[in-house]
Amino acid sequence: MDRRTFLATTAAGAAALSFPAILRAQSKDPLRIGCPLPLTGPFAALAADMQRGAQLAEAELNARGGVMGRKVEVLFRDDQLKPAVGAQRTKELIENDKCAFIVGGLAAHVQMAINEQTKKSKVLYVSTSQSDEISAKPDTSSITFHEALNPTITCRVMGKWAAENLGKKWWIIYADYAWGKQCNNVLQESLKKAGGTLLGATPYPLGSAEFSAHLPKIQAAKPDVLMNVAPGADNIALHKQVISFGMKKDMKIAQPLLWISYLKEGGTELYQDVHGAINWYWELQDSIPTAKKFVEASMKKFNLPPGDYGAYSYSGVLEVARGAELAKSTDGEAVAAALRKNPTYDHFKGKQWWRACDNKSFQDLWIVKGRDKAKGDWGLMDIVTKVSANEEYDRSCGEKGFA
Amino acid sequence: MPELSTLLAQVFTGLVLGMIYVLLAIGLSLIFGLMTVVNFAHGALFMLGAYFGVFLLTYTKSFWVALLVAPLMVGALGLLMERFLIRRLYGRSPDDPLLLTFGLSLILVEGVKVIWGKIGLTLDPPRALAGAVNLGFMSFPAYRLFLIAVTVAVLIGLYLFLGRTNIGLIIRAGSRDPLMVRALGIDLSRVWLVVFGIGTALAGLAGILAGPMRGAYAEMGVTMVIESFVVIVVGGMGSLLGAVVAGLLIGQVVGLTTLFLPKAAEIMVFVVMAVVLLVRPSGLFGEAGLLE
Repeated sequence: MDRRTFLATTAAGAAALSFPAILRAQSKDPLRIGCPLPLTGPFAALAADMQRGAQLAEAELNARGGVMGRKVEVLFRDDQLKPAVGAQRTKELIENDKCAFIVGGLAAHVQMAINEQTKKSKVLYVSTSQSDEISAKPDTSSITFHEALNPTITCRVMGKWAAENLGKKWWIIYADYAWGKQCNNVLQESLKKAGGTLLGATPYPLGSAEFSAHLPKIQAAKPDVLMNVAPGADNIALHKQVISFGMKKDMKIAQPLLWISYLKEGGTELYQDVHGAINWYWELQDSIPTAKKFVEASMKKFNLPPGDYGAYSYSGVLEVARGAELAKSTDGEAVAAALRKNPTYDHFKGKQWWRACDNKSFQDLWIVKGRDKAKGDWGLMDIVTKVSANEEYDRSCGEKGFA
Repeated sequence: MPELSTLLAQVFTGLVLGMIYVLLAIGLSLIFGLMTVVNFAHGALFMLGAYFGVFLLTYTKSFWVALLVAPLMVGALGLLMERFLIRRLYGRSPDDPLLLTFGLSLILVEGVKVIWGKIGLTLDPPRALAGAVNLGFMSFPAYRLFLIAVTVAVLIGLYLFLGRTNIGLIIRAGSRDPLMVRALGIDLSRVWLVVFGIGTALAGLAGILAGPMRGAYAEMGVTMVIESFVVIVVGGMGSLLGAVVAGLLIGQVVGLTTLFLPKAAEIMVFVVMAVVLLVRPSGLFGEAGLLE
């Protein structure tokens, strides 16, 4: 131990002793929050971001004395992006580790499996990734909350914006699974509403890295806009191949969502001038106070800014804590009722609120585009415009099965 | 019905895609044909080729150096795998090397994540090959045209090596009748070492060549292994000519189904495989020997 770390440790120790709240927090059983994530596999980079987000929330809660005087512990488990594994890990988190809440899940089908377990055990679940079904009947429940955006909101917003600003003749390439298919449908509706023309929409198998067979007919069709609805590593491969076929100069490239993890991986050459929607981007700290606090905490602990998905898990953990303190209980129904009664919150992006019928979080989103030159390591996007939260972007309570 | 020029563009794209399938499958086919070892680590070695490529490119700044050295590095690893692990399993059930190489692939994939991180890397094509070329009926990536040249060169090289050199003669004889070759006083274990080294180096070559098209990420070998297995099963396990014909066939199947019925493009590849296996259970060129 060198002098610097010695000083830091003793200072932290002294600080701990001088804050009775922290001592109180440690005198009772810890409040455990379970967090299943696909820590290995194709979404590992996003999952790592989400893990850091939840760890920041845990540290923040404990620094202010825990929740109801109890120290907060977030337990992470690898769901391997498999529904059966996600269900099993969730069951263990609830039954063996006595977790009072579950926050997490990435990819719609795994979230559904997690949700089945939490419903059975009457544990409140905050789902943190895109899904339309998770907040609609028959899958949702009174103790299922959805913090993330969903395909309907994202693709309505991006579809409308792209049709109005990028061009009206489109080609869509989409991954042939839940998120891709839902997004494709919503994009087509939005394009039609905006008076645009769909030249073609082609599905490809999720996880494919080879798009060349799709490209000749898109070249021949000459669309104004090519919509890239490919997640993960596929997204990068498609951009690479579109550029190599010399198509980027002939059409605008857009996608429903941009993820900072993949912009970092793919680089600015691939993503420059690519437009997409995003739930949050760290440079928003310039205008949003809670974003600034969140970024600073992350820089201090991890030396990198939080990503878009890390923000979801950060907010999700803080929300169950807020709910528990409001309800003075960790009972699923009691906390859910308290959150519905006090629906507005702001942890990282300005005001958000829970809609009473479906426990869906409504929030602002932004249209961003890839920069041609990064500012520092992580300054990869320009913010084009803000789209304010609006319940009308989602399906109505009636459409989602709530009478 | 699409216009004729679109159809032409699609057929041409499918042809090039087919050549890429040939390049991916050739190393796997070589190892199986000559050693009857199903090398499940082929995809992981392919991925390593791409990662070594990125590594070398970062330090030497030359794509050409990386293109030459990365396959040699993967081949060297292949030599070690054969010498110290796979060699112990000759003469046992074919399941044993299959399980061993499957295990090795898991170790390699996780190892790469430990060393290079879970986030993938990008590999840019050399500047001279970066753009698209106008072919009249479409614009096409120069880099993919370069891949055809490499694939043809590799095929000619293998043909000459196996068909015209003494060691090639020994390799072919050893795959037909190892006992007799041993009786003639030839050390076959050294021959198999060479074959395994070449086969794995070809996986590495395919990996660094795929990088600029697909990016480099730890799981990139998974789809590649599936594509390669389809090609060598359709072509006939171990037949290089079969791999070429099957690769080109699958390229056209993918290309044309994507044009007319994109939803079926993935399944159609397996339909073709099933039909071929029903009609010719050992694949199109399964019974024929090497390069015949």
